[in-house]
Amino acid sequence: MISIKNLHASIGDKEILRGINLEVKAGEVHAIMGPNGSGKSTLSSVLAGREDYNVTEGEVTFNGKNLLELSPEDRAREGLFLAFQYPVEIPGVSNVNFLRTAVNEIRKYHGQEEMPAKDFLALVKEKSKLVELDAKLASRSVNEGFSGGEKKRNEIFQMAMLNPKLAILDETDSGLDIDALRIVATGVNKLKSKDNATIVITHYQRLLDYIVPDFVHILYKGRIVKSGGKELALEMEAKGYDEIKAQFERIES
Amino acid sequence: MANEILEEHIQNEYKWGFTTNIDTDEAPKGLNEDIIRFISAKKNEPEWMLEFRLKAFRNWQNMIEPTWAHVSYKKPDFQDIIYYSAPKPKKELASLDEVDPELLKTFEKLGISLEEQKRLSGVQSNIAVDIVFDSVSVKTTFKETLAEKGIIFCSFSEAVQDHPELVKKYMGMAVPPTDNFYAALNSAVFTDGSFCYIPKGVRSPMELSTYFRINASGTGQFERTLIIADEDSYVSYLEGCTAPQRDENQLHAAVVEIITHKNAEVKYSTVQNWYPGDKDGKGGIFNFVTKRGICLEDNSKISWTQVETGSAVTWKYPSVILKGNNSVGEFYSVAVTNNYQQADTGTKMIHIGKNTRSTIISKGISAGFSNNSYRGLVQIKKGASNARNFSQCDSLLMGDKCGAHTFPYIEIKDKSAIVEHEATTSKIGEDQLFYCKQRGIDNEKAIGLIVNGYCKEVLNKLPMEFAVEAQKLLAISLEGSVG
Repeated sequence: MISIKNLHASIGDKEILRGINLEVKAGEVHAIMGPNGSGKSTLSSVLAGREDYNVTEGEVTFNGKNLLELSPEDRAREGLFLAFQYPVEIPGVSNVNFLRTAVNEIRKYHGQEEMPAKDFLALVKEKSKLVELDAKLASRSVNEGFSGGEKKRNEIFQMAMLNPKLAILDETDSGLDIDALRIVATGVNKLKSKDNATIVITHYQRLLDYIVPDFVHILYKGRIVKSGGKELALEMEAKGYDEIKAQFERIES
Repeated sequence: MANEILEEHIQNEYKWGFTTNIDTDEAPKGLNEDIIRFISAKKNEPEWMLEFRLKAFRNWQNMIEPTWAHVSYKKPDFQDIIYYSAPKPKKELASLDEVDPELLKTFEKLGISLEEQKRLSGVQSNIAVDIVFDSVSVKTTFKETLAEKGIIFCSFSEAVQDHPELVKKYMGMAVPPTDNFYAALNSAVFTDGSFCYIPKGVRSPMELSTYFRINASGTGQFERTLIIADEDSYVSYLEGCTAPQRDENQLHAAVVEIITHKNAEVKYSTVQNWYPGDKDGKGGIFNFVTKRGICLEDNSKISWTQVETGSAVTWKYPSVILKGNNSVGEFYSVAVTNNYQQADTGTKMIHIGKNTRSTIISKGISAGFSNNSYRGLVQIKKGASNARNFSQCDSLLMGDKCGAHTFPYIEIKDKSAIVEHEATTSKIGEDQLFYCKQRGIDNEKAIGLIVNGYCKEVLNKLPMEFAVEAQKLLAISLEGSVG
């Protein structure tokens, strides 16, 4: 699905990603954990194509294509979806209009006809149930006046509508109460299939009780310093990141 | 909806910039009493009309061009303008078939199919159009259908001939010839325009529309529109305009007057798309327009909606004088400036009657090197008890080389008034754009979505067909302005 090799990225003069290697196959769920400032959100931004970052080295192959050469919109059209940590408000643009534009842009890219309005509305209805999103939210302006929980649910709703191959969830659990967390996780789990993959970026292992990963990676100072199964997340939760930090500092010096 | 429209319009050019090769009948360049007599004679006007013009001209000679607006431009040389230019009629036009085919082609390019209009006439409600080409009105559609209801919709020149009593009574009531420099100039040299009278108790069965087109080079356009809504009547009026791409600046100085009697309502919508000049600010129309309505009697209402995307320099303040008790004035505006365009636009709401209400919603969008100013006056006169005003002025900046300015003036002489003013300035966010892109929406479409969302409150006030056109225009005007 996606293959990341020796990825280096910086913002200004500051190098943040310092050689990431990661291989994600269809049907897999990977969790990326790590302390603040380890480069978790930078990784998701770089993969999605945010222009603030400079990729200085390395390569990323997504479905056989050189991801780094694609524009952000083409990455999305190829099936890469980012659930934002801080979803953006777009006043005056209804969620439905926004999504209809997105859905049809993606279809156009793949040489498909626009989705008929009737089918689109049926899809909205079906997918909004998945994340228990109030039908009213679909007609409201994108994220405007949404609560934190509603915004995150809206991200997963959009993900359901766009049906991506690879979904990156960037700290989707932050700011969610336990009920919202359960709803969001249930939505993500329902969308999981053998043909798509998910990268869950999180601080806490709590989310991983609901979205069970196949692999867990620990990111520290721009590198993946440890990988393992889901038990690694529990271990981190119990011990904290200090041991990793200490170990890493030793190697560095 | 917006997206499909935007999709069709991925182009940077001003596509109405063509010229039409047509024989014209022109006055010599320059301005003096002889020219005014020439225009008046061309139009076979009665003596009182010529007197009105000459009086205005003498006034104008003693006036100076206003300089208080936040715009800078080279003052037009008023002696270097042709004040009268008319497509040469081959003969008297008995029907549409006899209109110069070149002219018809022009209208087709503009998206106004007179043929279509004609075919539809009488079948179902549509839009009646009066078309003003340079200095004269060339064709008014649906005249007969409207006449059945007693509605008069014709060119201004015809109204002077056929309804002199109405023209005499109302012309200059909302915008006196002495009102300001450009209104005085217009009063002296106006050549045509639209006239509309809705009789007592009649709701116009269709939207009335005037389409203005400047074509000939070196000309100015000075048209006049007069709309009178008698007691208990209603009309929705649309105005559109385009001009060819020329390197010179052309002057457009129009006057629009609206008068509403008891319980009457007029809704006036404009999509202004005069040629804005090129990317470096060369050429373009100077749009110096005076638009004003009077709610003359109780419970009447005047509503202005404008979408301003064109012109090199815009100086325009559609206003309402709220004279009748309980009368209502509204102003909804979207003004877009890109490249080197300058706009100083807003409104005046003059509250005189009791319980009068006014609403102002202004959305400015600046991009490129442009300057966009909102200038508004809310005046509550003594005795205008319980007057209310709500104003909201929002500015959206695209890029960091443009300017947005707000100049709200509030004068309150009655203690019972309630006046609210809200203002915001925001920048189109890289975050918003990236969010759209991450969902598969490209830059141009994303800007279209965001801007249309920002203007939604105003676009919603436009009649359906106009709203569609306005959305397209917004997208085109801002093309290439970000990223």
